[in-house]
Amino acid sequence: MPAPVIVAQDLVKRYGEFAAVDGISFEVAPGESFGLLGPNGAGKSTTMRMVGAVSTRTSGDLAILGLDPDTHGPEIRSQLGVVPQADNLDAELRVRENLLVYGRYFGMPGRLVAKRADELLAFAQLEDKGKAKVDSLSGGMKRRLTIARALINDPRVLLLDEPTTGLDPQARHILWDRLFRLKEQGTTLLLTTHYMDEAEQLCDRLVVVDKGAIMAEGTPAELIRRYSSREVLEVRFGSDRNSEVAERFTGVGDRMEVLPDRVLVYSDDGEAELVRITDAGFRPITSLVRRSSLEDVFLRLTGRSLIE
Amino acid sequence: MTERLSTVSADPATARAIAAGRRTRRWGAWYVALHRFRVMKSYTGTVVVAGIGNPLVYLYALGVGLATIVDVDLDGVSYLVFVAPALLASAAITVASEEFTYPIMLGYKWNPTFTGMSSSPLRPTQIVDGIVISVAVRMTVNLVLFLLLILVFGAAPSPVAAGMIVAGLLGGLAFGTVLMGYTSTLEEDTGQLAMVMRFVVLPMTLFSGTFFPLSTFPIWLQWIGWISPLWHSTELARVFSFGYEEPIWLSVVHVVYLVVLIVTGWAWARHIAVRRLGR
Amino acid sequence: MTDLTQRERARPGAGRRPVRSLYSGNASAVMLRGWRATRSTNWLVVVSGFFEPIFYLLAMGIGLGTLVGDVTTASGQVVPYAAFIAPALLAVAAMNGAIYDSTWNVFFKIRFAKLYEGMLSTSLGPLDVALGEILLALLRGALYAIGFQLVMQVLGLNLSWWALLAVPAVLLIAFGFASLGMAITSYMKSFQQMDWINFVMLPMFLFSATFYPITVYPEWLQRVIEALPLWHGVELVRGLTTGDVGWGLLWHVLYYVVMIALGVVFTTRRLRALFLD
Repeated sequence: MPAPVIVAQDLVKRYGEFAAVDGISFEVAPGESFGLLGPNGAGKSTTMRMVGAVSTRTSGDLAILGLDPDTHGPEIRSQLGVVPQADNLDAELRVRENLLVYGRYFGMPGRLVAKRADELLAFAQLEDKGKAKVDSLSGGMKRRLTIARALINDPRVLLLDEPTTGLDPQARHILWDRLFRLKEQGTTLLLTTHYMDEAEQLCDRLVVVDKGAIMAEGTPAELIRRYSSREVLEVRFGSDRNSEVAERFTGVGDRMEVLPDRVLVYSDDGEAELVRITDAGFRPITSLVRRSSLEDVFLRLTGRSLIE
Repeated sequence: MTERLSTVSADPATARAIAAGRRTRRWGAWYVALHRFRVMKSYTGTVVVAGIGNPLVYLYALGVGLATIVDVDLDGVSYLVFVAPALLASAAITVASEEFTYPIMLGYKWNPTFTGMSSSPLRPTQIVDGIVISVAVRMTVNLVLFLLLILVFGAAPSPVAAGMIVAGLLGGLAFGTVLMGYTSTLEEDTGQLAMVMRFVVLPMTLFSGTFFPLSTFPIWLQWIGWISPLWHSTELARVFSFGYEEPIWLSVVHVVYLVVLIVTGWAWARHIAVRRLGR
Repeated sequence: MTDLTQRERARPGAGRRPVRSLYSGNASAVMLRGWRATRSTNWLVVVSGFFEPIFYLLAMGIGLGTLVGDVTTASGQVVPYAAFIAPALLAVAAMNGAIYDSTWNVFFKIRFAKLYEGMLSTSLGPLDVALGEILLALLRGALYAIGFQLVMQVLGLNLSWWALLAVPAVLLIAFGFASLGMAITSYMKSFQQMDWINFVMLPMFLFSATFYPITVYPEWLQRVIEALPLWHGVELVRGLTTGDVGWGLLWHVLYYVVMIALGVVFTTRRLRALFLD
């Protein structure tokens, strides 16, 4: 078995009294696509920054490609590609220039950088934007340029912090497609997200993070199987009646979650549950049967929604 | 004794990383400087026009125009010769106050390119070094242009007048690195930089023996000159320009004071960069 | 019916009452916003602007003044050096306050903050915005002027009772620069272009009889300087504070009246072209 690319053991990052990351452990194998799923403020970005060798850990142990970020920051970063949550492209330079200067930071010779830059502009579908100003790009284009920039050094590991937050659905799909290709080429991906569909699409394996700690670990399918049912029935009775009605449900589903705007009924057969409810004389305003998702896993584990 | 996860092993991936980090560890600051030059290239026009236009305007307005009403003996030279080194030294301060303020705020906050740089093999200290290098180069270009115009005006009689460039560079960087340290500490600009311009840069330019000898002032105002990097670099530039007579120990004090400021300011800026980019 | 509205939309201002589409009589709303924004963010910066001419007065008037002694003005009057430069610094202060507010501030609002786009989607017209911004810049210039006049009075640099008229004169100067500055800014596209404003300001500041009479220059350069606005401002204010008053001063006033008119007209037209057409 090849050596893991990233090993984290009891990783802790404290800002004063506050522990942003509170004892996280995980391993990522070469070529694996690994996700950190959790709400805003769970400690995902802080973990990413420690793995990216730009933030020093308070305690615990961390090795990236067998090296300690405290002593080998430049060496580790030479093998990483980083896509931060907020774009930090240089707005004073043109699109292609952004790639050129960034490649130089890795000590790559000018001609090689120029060649890579053109390949990556094509990969990011920005060939005709090389001379454009960064500010003239749309949000999705900027994010693709940031990914192209992160790939300039042909990294072993790509770190993506909330890669599609703030993008419209079409731009997200284009981006996912590009990330799939990288995955197929064997690039190791470490990504954070608070979108369960993104985690389900992109991650081979993931950890659910909340308040700086890991709540569960597994493949998306495993986690759903372990912490949720096959299907979910969502029923609404109007905002002030949901909890009152739900209290009167008896013997409905394996488990129930009452949210302010709706009631979730977990079961292997959602349709059957709906029939049972209506037979008992309840009349929901709307009803929906869907497959279980990581959102349900998160709800189960923390009692809260991912997106609040 | 806990077992360390990271050991510099013979794993090929590890070996590759070690090899890849070598160049940036060594040359990183230059890569940052090259980036800055590329950015500066986008405003070459203004740098050149200001680099030639401003000296021309100042030398003519003050050295020729104002000189007609200042008919006092100033260390045995004409007012033009007296004021020219001071104008040159001020030009370096102007470059410093442009390049070490908004570009720094930009890099940390408004358009956080420094964060991008720190995700690459570059270290925060190299980012600071690269910026100082690039500004020193730009400052030298401005100073050389200024010197040439002073020579055109025939306002630098000494054969070692070119030494003014060193004096100007020392002054500009002494003020600039300290300013960079201060700017680096700002999380937000709610007018602090404008205040620096108004209450530090402007008074410094006016009260540093620039347009008239510091001794013209009452003694209780002269301290402004003593702590002002501009006064030290101006006096030094005057020594080079027309052999201004001052005790040799005083010239040494000028150099030492300016070098101490550069070292302190530079170290401060590096310290803040490590702290701010490694949070 | 539909036809008519569409045609009117295609040619804004071509309706029966063209001024209505430009001005809703509510420039004060624009001023109020500016005043609130200043108060909440950078009032200290605004207040500090008052010190700039004072630093100059102390350094040049008192420091350099000991080397210069007395100066002969354009009309042959002999005055102490500090009394010679103080009115010039007053005019410059008015110019700087007005220019800062009407150029950099306005540029930022047009290009980045999209502030005017928001304003013009309400019932405000372009003339409301132009007047509101210009008057705010004017207010700032006026505050500096009054403060500086008091300092001059304390230092005994107002040589005549005519100096009282220097305050309205300074307002006129600020109005002129604010309206022209805003008109020019509305044509600017990048920061680099904005730098060109500085390239004009610096020589104008140094050459316009600020620190010494322009008679030291060759004839042709004197004519060029006399064509620039700051020289008119300096001569006007200097005439008043030194008590050297004659009908000739009215030429300077006329110069500014024309400048104000041109500035307001061009700013209004440009704002309409940028945001309403």
